[in-house]
Amino acid sequence: MSAAVGTAVPRPALELSHLEVSYRVRGREQRVIRDLSFAVAPGESFGLVGESGCGKSTAALAIVRYLARNGHVGGGSIEAVGRRVLDLSRRQLREYRAHGVSMVYQEPGKALNPSLRIGRQLEEVFALAGASRQSARERAAQTLADVQIAEPEQVLSRYPHQLSGGMLQRVLIGMAVASRPQLLILDEPTTALDATVEAEVLEMIAALREQLGMTLLLISHNLGIVARMCDRVGVLYAGELAELGTAEEVLRSPQHPYTAGLLRAIPSRQAFTGGRRVPLATIPGAPPEPGQAPAGCAFAPRCPLAQARCQEEPPPLYELAGGRLSRCHFHEQVEGAFTAADRSRADAVAAVVDGADLDAQPLLRARHLSKTFTVGGRSVRALADVDLDLWPGETVGLVGESGSGKTTLARVLAGLTAPATGAELELDGHALAPLSGRRGRDDRRALQLIFQNPDAALNRRHSVTRMLSRSLAKLGGYQGAALARRRTELLESVQLSERHLPLKPGQLSGGLKQRVAIARAFAGDPRIVICDEPTSALDVSVQAAILNLLSEMQRARSVSYLLISHDLGVVRYLADRIVVLYLGRVLESGTADQVFAGPHHPYTAALLSAVPALDGRRPRIRLRGEIPSASAPPSGCPFQTRCPRKLGAICETVEPPLRVDADGHGIRCHIPTDELAEPGSGDRSDAGGF
Amino acid sequence: MSVETVAVEDRGVLAATPVAPRALMRTLVRRPAFVVGAAILAFWILAAIFGPLAVHNPLAQNLAAINRPPSTAHLFGTDQLGRDVLARVIAGARPVLVVAPLATLIGTVAGSALGLAMGYFDGIFDDVVGRFVEAFMALPLVVVGILGVVALGGSDVTLIVVIGIVFTPLIARTVRAAVLQERELEYVAAARLRGERAPYVMFVEILPNVLAPIGVEFTVRLGYAVFTLVSLSFLGFGLQPPAPNWGSDIAANFGLVLAGYWWEVLFYALAIASLVIAVNLIASSIESVLAGDGQ
Repeated sequence: MSAAVGTAVPRPALELSHLEVSYRVRGREQRVIRDLSFAVAPGESFGLVGESGCGKSTAALAIVRYLARNGHVGGGSIEAVGRRVLDLSRRQLREYRAHGVSMVYQEPGKALNPSLRIGRQLEEVFALAGASRQSARERAAQTLADVQIAEPEQVLSRYPHQLSGGMLQRVLIGMAVASRPQLLILDEPTTALDATVEAEVLEMIAALREQLGMTLLLISHNLGIVARMCDRVGVLYAGELAELGTAEEVLRSPQHPYTAGLLRAIPSRQAFTGGRRVPLATIPGAPPEPGQAPAGCAFAPRCPLAQARCQEEPPPLYELAGGRLSRCHFHEQVEGAFTAADRSRADAVAAVVDGADLDAQPLLRARHLSKTFTVGGRSVRALADVDLDLWPGETVGLVGESGSGKTTLARVLAGLTAPATGAELELDGHALAPLSGRRGRDDRRALQLIFQNPDAALNRRHSVTRMLSRSLAKLGGYQGAALARRRTELLESVQLSERHLPLKPGQLSGGLKQRVAIARAFAGDPRIVICDEPTSALDVSVQAAILNLLSEMQRARSVSYLLISHDLGVVRYLADRIVVLYLGRVLESGTADQVFAGPHHPYTAALLSAVPALDGRRPRIRLRGEIPSASAPPSGCPFQTRCPRKLGAICETVEPPLRVDADGHGIRCHIPTDELAEPGSGDRSDAGGF
Repeated sequence: MSVETVAVEDRGVLAATPVAPRALMRTLVRRPAFVVGAAILAFWILAAIFGPLAVHNPLAQNLAAINRPPSTAHLFGTDQLGRDVLARVIAGARPVLVVAPLATLIGTVAGSALGLAMGYFDGIFDDVVGRFVEAFMALPLVVVGILGVVALGGSDVTLIVVIGIVFTPLIARTVRAAVLQERELEYVAAARLRGERAPYVMFVEILPNVLAPIGVEFTVRLGYAVFTLVSLSFLGFGLQPPAPNWGSDIAANFGLVLAGYWWEVLFYALAIASLVIAVNLIASSIESVLAGDGQ
């Protein structure tokens, strides 16, 4: 473990020294990794973090020598599990990949052959190693048991599409460790998974590592995961190591402004204090394009501490106490500078109080929203009798795992999907047509949607001008000079400028695309904007900027948000009220404080406990299995199959009502509210410090 | 994996960038298959435009010199009416290169419109039209062509229209599949939320994003159009003699092959084969570049 750092370890399990990797793109060399050196001791768990494009995955691919055809190692060396990786012959490479190292990728859905049963694909691993058919089958089953899959025999006979993402990732991790590798590389292993499932998978990985004594290289953009899983961590920026040290120290007191910026951009950390929404810290600008080598420090253009020296003299890796490294001329000043910056940001908004005006009538009133889809002859209940009120100027956060019906609710409210008959939708007291096409222009412009994936939400053949102009004309009724004037205002309000107008989505970064999508949604001065996972496709620093922007737009235009997110930190930051959805049912609703502080519904408690925290490892409430299929919802309480506090028969037969207390905090559970609040339910003690 | 995809994945920024026409061209000219196909096609286009100026009169008969084998006077020999075969091969390019592209164009335009409608309006419309399209595609192409020409008479215009109609359902099916993918993307939902009507969404929002498969389909169909046209002419239902055209010239002379007059068939056949192969080389190069495989 971490004790091994710095002491005389005979031979590291993985050692990169002065590694250089470049890709050849359109005839030009683009260097993606520059002079990267670090070592991982046997049995250690090392985390590699950084934003997209910083070279994390490239480093991993270089270690298994699986770079794309146009990528090549330009210098340096890699030594892994006793082999000089770059010098291996074809045969040795095969042997190295078969026994020395294994890798697990981000998208479990794409890593298995969709037309072969799980069993066949797993047995192959053992058959290649020379096992007989019978023993391969047995060992495949054993492997699934190792990754804590109940009923392995059943899973073996399934096809990949019949398994959930969490199950697939377990299978893949099982496959990766089946050959008992000494080094396991995990490239964003849980990014595609829900928080509760993610927590389970991470726990399983930790247990496997303990059991098999593997060395772990974990690549993640999520600092919380790294804090929880890793002994040491390296922070990559523009292909260079910006900082290195033990995970605990680096995340507690970063010595590089980039690490400090990343940590402060996380909304869950410190952004909500005393009822005031402090703007999130952001990292201005964007990482340099791969292949561009700045004269001085690569981070200088975005760094609040940068001085003239940083522009000219590239900083070396300074060696600090305790084996820490930092590539910053002013590493001693990092901590003090950022604390001061936090304070001044907090002071700047001290006077601003926002929140909903709860005395008025609800802006949007939805009653008895139900929706059942028919998929392959089976009916799937996506929404079951959901009520929702949205008041002027407030933000309602909608939380739940994938499959809970969040997106269906958004689409029903927006009028993209018709609800089942019996639903009532009212906007400002008048009935709202169920489908967008039937709504008048005033109703359409009042209710707009920001989509999860800006790549899909913007037409990739249309310029920014065209997208914004069309929305202004159709929703706002603007024409000619008025339209152009309004377009400029709109651009400025999302912090874009005229020079972005002729560009097409392919020429914009993820954050800029989402700004265009936000501008488009605001083109007709909406009163309600539904944000469906607005930042889940973005990096932390970009996410912070987008959340600040959403917050700013709300303050300036008193719009109401319905915010859908699986990230409780994001919800905590923006939402005034929170609704927890499970299998199309509202399990809990209340103000953000009520929901986060408790008493919680057992499901909410489990969701809250599943979030990886930066500060220490806290007790986690385990949920059995995964969210049941919506085509066969459980009888009684929808959550009874996984509930850690299930009472007994009553939960299986009677669906509990949504019990609303005097303060408007509703919980759908048979357990009385005061009992839910009791300790021993596994609640964390410090709800506020989330 | 192509050069572009790799760099793109690593940066995670440009993942959905379509291949821009200029970038597509740059990649294409590095592919030998494309260059060869384009060169052959360019040759036939030049032949169709300027050919008649450079060779003998293809209609001029010389009964004193019938069935002459290739010689310096007649590089490809002469046929049974003493007409210069080289002149007729060159001159035969023009009708093919007029009729086939126009027919393909009609088929592509009509097929794209139909495919857009089928993909966009799912449900009953797609079901009903889809059945008709499938039934139509079960019929052999040439037979449908013959019926059309017989019913409408054998002019160039008829051929263009008939081949165009025959291609429409084939192209519609490809376009429909592409539209089904596009319509699930959220920019379509965004357009509906803005209150756009169906024609706008279909033609302004979706169409530009399915131009790539339409372009591939056009080139693939162009090869088939050449083939269909020549087949119909061979059977006597296409372009009519005595105007030079490859299909009917083969039909007129292929009985003589056994008599040893091979040049009166071979050069027409080579002309057809080279044009069809050229178009197919171009089509498959474009297709594989767009699919993003290989270098």
